[in-house]
Amino acid sequence: MAEKTKAPKPSKAETLTRLWQIAPMMVTGTPHGKALGFRFVSVDIAAGTIALPYNVKFIGDKKTRVMAGGAVTALLDQTCGLAAMSAFETLSSVATLDLRIDYMRAASPGEDIIAEARCYKATRNVAFIRAIAHDGDPDDPVASAQAIFMTTPSGNRDYMKPMKDSTEGKS
Amino acid sequence: MSKPVNPPITMEAVKTRLAQMPYAEVLGVEPMLKDGELTLRLPYHDDLIGNPVLPAMHGGAVSAFMEITAILQLALTGDSARLPRTVGINIDFLRRGHPKDCFARACIVRQGRRVANMRVSAWQDDIEKPITALHGNFMISQDD
Repeated sequence: MAEKTKAPKPSKAETLTRLWQIAPMMVTGTPHGKALGFRFVSVDIAAGTIALPYNVKFIGDKKTRVMAGGAVTALLDQTCGLAAMSAFETLSSVATLDLRIDYMRAASPGEDIIAEARCYKATRNVAFIRAIAHDGDPDDPVASAQAIFMTTPSGNRDYMKPMKDSTEGKS
Repeated sequence: MSKPVNPPITMEAVKTRLAQMPYAEVLGVEPMLKDGELTLRLPYHDDLIGNPVLPAMHGGAVSAFMEITAILQLALTGDSARLPRTVGINIDFLRRGHPKDCFARACIVRQGRRVANMRVSAWQDDIEKPITALHGNFMISQDD
């Protein structure tokens, strides 16, 4: 543990490659994400997109056949988490600290819902994220979200460099 | 407060309303009624996990559960066939959700004609130690 493995900061290309390896697993490998049928769409540094295919099982009100707000909430939470994860320098796992969601309109029955999240600021352990959910037209969103995520305690495990020394030397 | 007192909540009414929400059935939400006070139970199952390593419940799953609790509580105080709709909610994650049953109770802070302000608390072992708290506004659907 004493050896000073000063891992050089990975290049943007390296980070992106790693993100694209991890992100699909993070989205579809999460039990709740799997249960809801989340579909990984894309990931970028500090951004992520996930789709929720329309499913009659997740209708919130039989009278309207609109997908439950809760399913959209879970989708936005997951997408914000993806953006948070990809924003931290070390790709650690994250947990929601605060989530605010505004529902602008009912989603169209039958349409998939797409959530796009962007992290606009990340400190060492905290990420601030904004996201929207839409059913085809990003300019006519179904819902918007604002979230704060933190790295989880076990999160100092760096997925980017699994063998990284945890003692960050001050040169 | 000169508002008319709402009729007591019956288990039958709760079940009718819950049957209207397929998503609540998928989550496995179960109602519990005591002294006219409604508590919802979210029985643990593996599909609710968000982080299998910790493990921790999915924030979205608990949020959805609290949203259902709020909508159900509000629906039981009105007679609209359509369920209330969420306008805006704020969720604070206070503690990690462990892989075990979760409970939630909602209260109507203020009910207007069109909008109701609600608070929901969700807990696992100890009601005094909530794992998440929700507050937000819900639109009361008008039948038209």
